[in-house]
Amino acid sequence: MSAVAVLIDHDRGVPSGGALEALTAARSLASDLNTDLVAVILGDGDLFDAHGADLVAACADYGAAVVHCGRHSFLADYGPDAWGTALAMFVEAAGPVAVVAAGTDRGAEAIAQLAARTDLPLVANCVNVSPASSLADAPSGPAGGDAWHITRIQWGGSLLEDVTLTSTLPLLTIAQHSIEAEPCEGGPVPAAVADFEPDLGPEVQQTLVRDRVTLAEGVTLSTAPVVVSGGRGVGSADGFAPLEELADLLGGRVGCSRAVTNNGWRSHADQVGQTGTRIAPEIYIACGISGAIQHWVGAMGSKNILAINIDPEANMVTKAGYAVIADLHEVVPAICDEIRRRRDRPS
Amino acid sequence: MRILVCVKRVPAVGSRINVTDDGQQVDTAHLGFTTSPHEECAVEEAAQIVEQLDGDEHAVVVLTLGPEASTEQLRYAASVGGNEFALVMAEGGLDWDPQRTAVAITSAVRELEAAGGQFDLILFGNESADGGNFQVGIRVAHALGRPIVNGIKGIDPHERGFTARRETDAGYEVYELEAPCALGVKEGINLPRYPTMKGRLASRKAQIQVLDCTADVDAGGQSRVRLHRPPERASTTVQLGDSAAAAPAVVDLLDELGVL
Amino acid sequence: MSDFPARADCVVIGAGIVGNCLVGHLSDLGWTDIVLLDKGPLPNPGGSTGHASNFIFPVDHSKEIVDLTVDSQHQYEALGLQNTCGGIEVARSPERMEEFRRRMTSATCWGIESKLLTVDEVVEMVPFIDSDVILGGFYTPSVSAVDSLETGTQMRRRATEAGHLQTFANTEVLDIETMAGANRPRISAVVTDRGRIECDTVAIACGVWSPKLAQMAGATIPLTPAVHQMVDVGPFDVLVETNQELAYPIVRDMDTFCYERQSAGSMEVGSYAHRPILHRVEDIPSNEEAALSPTEMPFTPDDFDEQLEQAIELMEFLGDGEIKYAINGLLSLTPDASPVLGPTPEVENLWSVAAVWVKEGPGVGRLMAEWMTYGYPRMTDPHGSDVTRFYPQDRNVIHIETRADEHFNKTYGIVHPREQWATRRNFTCGPAKARTDDLGAFYFEAGGWERPHWYESNADLVDRYGIEGRTHEWDARWWSPITDAEHLHLREHCGLVDISPFQVFEVSGPSVVPYIEKMVVNKCDLPVGRSIYTPVLTADGGFRSDLTIVRLSEDRFRIATGAFDGGRDEYWFRHNLPADGVHFENRTEALATYGVWGPNAIALLQTLTETDLSQKAFGYGQVRDALLSGIPVQMFRISYVGDAGFEIYCPTSAGLALWDAIAEAGREYSLRPVGAGVYGTTGRLEKGYRLMGAELESDYNPVEAGLARPRVKAADFIGKEAYLAAREAPLAAQLCVLRFESLRCAEGYDRFPMGAGNEPVLTPAGERIVDSHGRVSRVTTAGNAPSLGAYLAMAYLPPELAAAGTELSVMYQHEQYPVTVEATGANLALFDPHDSRMKA
Repeated sequence: MSAVAVLIDHDRGVPSGGALEALTAARSLASDLNTDLVAVILGDGDLFDAHGADLVAACADYGAAVVHCGRHSFLADYGPDAWGTALAMFVEAAGPVAVVAAGTDRGAEAIAQLAARTDLPLVANCVNVSPASSLADAPSGPAGGDAWHITRIQWGGSLLEDVTLTSTLPLLTIAQHSIEAEPCEGGPVPAAVADFEPDLGPEVQQTLVRDRVTLAEGVTLSTAPVVVSGGRGVGSADGFAPLEELADLLGGRVGCSRAVTNNGWRSHADQVGQTGTRIAPEIYIACGISGAIQHWVGAMGSKNILAINIDPEANMVTKAGYAVIADLHEVVPAICDEIRRRRDRPS
Repeated sequence: MRILVCVKRVPAVGSRINVTDDGQQVDTAHLGFTTSPHEECAVEEAAQIVEQLDGDEHAVVVLTLGPEASTEQLRYAASVGGNEFALVMAEGGLDWDPQRTAVAITSAVRELEAAGGQFDLILFGNESADGGNFQVGIRVAHALGRPIVNGIKGIDPHERGFTARRETDAGYEVYELEAPCALGVKEGINLPRYPTMKGRLASRKAQIQVLDCTADVDAGGQSRVRLHRPPERASTTVQLGDSAAAAPAVVDLLDELGVL
Repeated sequence: MSDFPARADCVVIGAGIVGNCLVGHLSDLGWTDIVLLDKGPLPNPGGSTGHASNFIFPVDHSKEIVDLTVDSQHQYEALGLQNTCGGIEVARSPERMEEFRRRMTSATCWGIESKLLTVDEVVEMVPFIDSDVILGGFYTPSVSAVDSLETGTQMRRRATEAGHLQTFANTEVLDIETMAGANRPRISAVVTDRGRIECDTVAIACGVWSPKLAQMAGATIPLTPAVHQMVDVGPFDVLVETNQELAYPIVRDMDTFCYERQSAGSMEVGSYAHRPILHRVEDIPSNEEAALSPTEMPFTPDDFDEQLEQAIELMEFLGDGEIKYAINGLLSLTPDASPVLGPTPEVENLWSVAAVWVKEGPGVGRLMAEWMTYGYPRMTDPHGSDVTRFYPQDRNVIHIETRADEHFNKTYGIVHPREQWATRRNFTCGPAKARTDDLGAFYFEAGGWERPHWYESNADLVDRYGIEGRTHEWDARWWSPITDAEHLHLREHCGLVDISPFQVFEVSGPSVVPYIEKMVVNKCDLPVGRSIYTPVLTADGGFRSDLTIVRLSEDRFRIATGAFDGGRDEYWFRHNLPADGVHFENRTEALATYGVWGPNAIALLQTLTETDLSQKAFGYGQVRDALLSGIPVQMFRISYVGDAGFEIYCPTSAGLALWDAIAEAGREYSLRPVGAGVYGTTGRLEKGYRLMGAELESDYNPVEAGLARPRVKAADFIGKEAYLAAREAPLAAQLCVLRFESLRCAEGYDRFPMGAGNEPVLTPAGERIVDSHGRVSRVTTAGNAPSLGAYLAMAYLPPELAAAGTELSVMYQHEQYPVTVEATGANLALFDPHDSRMKA
């Protein structure tokens, strides 16, 4: 029976969060199509020896009836060509009705490699998928006539795009965080394991991960996971001391606004903004920064923003996801104390 | 060395993006246009690679597909290190589906290579800022028979090809590709230079080759019905407190975000 | 955050530099219940203030603008938010060097230290300027850069801490509601997305959005959003190593209309040279839609390339700087480039506070707070910025955009004081336009009207009267020797003047007498057919206007005022109308007006009418209905030029026939058409008549202007208390007529001061003259007096100098010319001082 197949993207045996979201979304799609959900995992013997059981169990938790394990020595680690070729062979052999992957770096890349190899359309970052009604009625497989109706994200989520997909084999990625990963309600299904051995030529080796480097010490402003920034409200060059302390505690860097460099409190290298550095940390902690647009342009790539400001109407506060409306000179030391207190606490 | 960089013209949008009444396009009435950010970095990376090489036989060739107005992005590239420029003329091409785009670019690359020799490296943005289809570069590279790795945040050229780094949670992965090859780069790989005043003035004189190779390109299987804005979210600022007593809530947040 | 209020005394909309400064000053002046709203966030809601270059060059040719600018500098300084770095304007052309001499004149007049620099001196101060490109500089040490956003924040804080202000950012105004008032709608409430605020007064300080807000209330604020391109280039070692925000003076490259302003390690280069780029209010994106901010529109580089080249010419190192930030910044342009301030004419208690630069912001805040508190500002006369100066035909978007398009490139231009508009002409014309066209009339625009200034058909008179031309092109620009020839012809024979642009109102009704007595200083309750010339005062006793009023019947008065003053005066008369009992009507469009004056005038007109026009039968100052060549007219025996004759009013529909009849009859009497050059300057000056906006400003009172009558009427009138006090107080200044003893410049030919308001009267030693109230003595009018063979000027002088025979000097184009005081007091006429000719 033709199933909905999900590529489980994993890093050396550890599935990505996106893979579980993709499983969740694909399970619902399979249900719409009145067909099975199957998973595809690529690895080599060692990887399956070490992680196979866990991976299969995870897939079973999420409702995969069959877990297809593609085994090859070139699949010992990730490589887009290796994964793409293996996937294409799986598709050729198993004939799924749809292939779904996570909208992660690897998921998106591997399924795009599949799309390139098969010259099939690929709809990326889907948030809602409605298969053609005739498909749902015809479990034997896509008749090729009717289109699927899909909503996907554009502009990083600022816009949605409704598209139709006309394809003999729909390929999809699921937008990350658009769905919560949820195991099957009734507990794990009994998942069958089906091994297959893709025929991979040496040409796929060129794009295999060749080496890994753990991030060196000393992050830069543009790459720091945490940036603690100060503005005019810091008041002086010395006023940055608690901000330095907080940044140190979090392994981050200290930035500043243009007013600060204009006042000579910090060097231009620390300036975040249109005319300084553009940053994209996990969290941007903006202390006493009003949020002039030039500054905002540099900071808006941040994944989360915490504004600490005495003015609740400050631009930075209204644009931030989180705010503390208080004097930064009191709040920042209190945060440092709290972090130290928790770290000192025996676990 | 010859490096090709494929760039896309995209609107420079604010935090709220309007859509035209027919739902087919972003309403750009108030907006300027820019180069999709990953690709702006790709141009910078290519320029940096070429600038490190001896000799003057090296070139950064910049290609875009779109309407005539896309020459603005090619001229911008000219002001920040590009040497040669090609416009794949396609009215409405900015909204083409990824398959169609890839086919047109592939044939444009073949045409450029037939005239000027093979590109040692073709750079794409990881994905475009607007469509975000995550596939055009991979399709083009595959059609050309070149290896490609996406998500690249570091490139070092060497004798036979390129060492490329891809960011991961823990650090980065290293790939070794032999030329000719392709890479999809991500913002953060470098800090793109701004054009100098002289560079801007010189860019006006840049020669732009117009390629007309889109006539026979068929639409792919993905077809736009409409664009629309997701439902507005109410004001989302979560106030964690109004005094130093907010510190535990802040640290909870840091913990939740995994930066503690 | 406080709860959203349901009521307030005053709602100020717009938290840019102006709105913020306004609430600060309103609070200072005792307004205790103010609400400030802005659609955007604070401290930068996204308007023009947020991207301003924030520098201030205080020297301007306009007294009003200088007063506002210098006051603003004092306020920025007091807040500690001013960086005084000095500024240099550099010249690339000889014309600009001339302009710098004019600027030196203005600087001397306003007491602002400035200096002309040689090329070497410029390069000494700014070493990276290419000395080959420039001819010299104009340096002002007090040029400064300010922090306009922080100033706004502190102004708000001041009002908030006084307990007088609540501020609501991120609050959009959806509507401004009005209710029926006595004569015009009046403000009742402001509706926002956070609730409705009932209020008495609304001030719109919304910059480029102001027209949209005004429209909500049914009013107009005539301005258009326009682009000013600006880039931030750098970094440069030469700037970085100064380690200062502004180590070098700000440079204005005047002939390329560009500026270069250091900003730490970078240089901001801005321009007013690119093509005018105008936008409509509805085309401005919201904060959310904008890539940067609503008023930082996408940069259009093609428009700026020429400026880049010119900037590199001046400072070569700029070429290697990276363009890090580039915007099409929006600012507000009005039809005449001046701000739009004051009460809107359409809606009572709705105030316009718009089209203000950062350099004037705090000053305008103070001015507007005074205006809203005292009924008229005290710090300076705002008539050049008064929003009511615009006529209805000036308020449509086509007019606004066309004029803005014309003057945008004059922002740094050399604008002649008499300069005429090239666009939007011939929209308002008198009925005899076809005839005056045939006569080769050279038209000046007067309040939108086409008014003949001289007639080429009179060119033959130049030779006949031996009128000499002017050597210097600047003096001769927008001037003709024909004017002097027309003047002498009128004095010898007679002249026909088209004065249809006069603004004519009629007020009528049962309560009209007490109403008009309240409005003006002099007694109006006169016999029917009599007229009165009278000042109109502010509550503080300064001039608001001067008018001629005629009693047409027991319950109807006609008011005639100048072509440029109609908007302001109409507002004032309407604003003060009682709830009922008086009807106001603007009759300007309905009536054509001609003046016929000169020794032959009475005899000429007598041939057309059976009404006895002799002085005995029809005395000076009287008005009668008559038939002139069978056309019903009103004849008013009056003269602003000093010769006998009449102003003649007729229906516009008969205007052409009347012109033809007078012209035909005039053949026998050597009648010539005579332009406004005679009416407005030469004739007036010989008679010492004062002009609103020149001699008459709110800074001066009737006693000082020599217009105080011996007795004060019993009836109450606006400004009476202050007027009575002024009559008792020692005089601080007196209006005088000065005669130029020589006009010969250093180059050996005669120059001709303009009387444009910026030419100081100095002691012979060249010292400024300032009276005990701090008012500087300056030429208010200057011009030829052909019948006297003299060049005259008018100026206020402190009493110790205001005596015939006092020798002083006048600065013009940075040269001093000797003058002697000729007359002061009530009678300033040097020509026919006893009016024997007018009463002939």
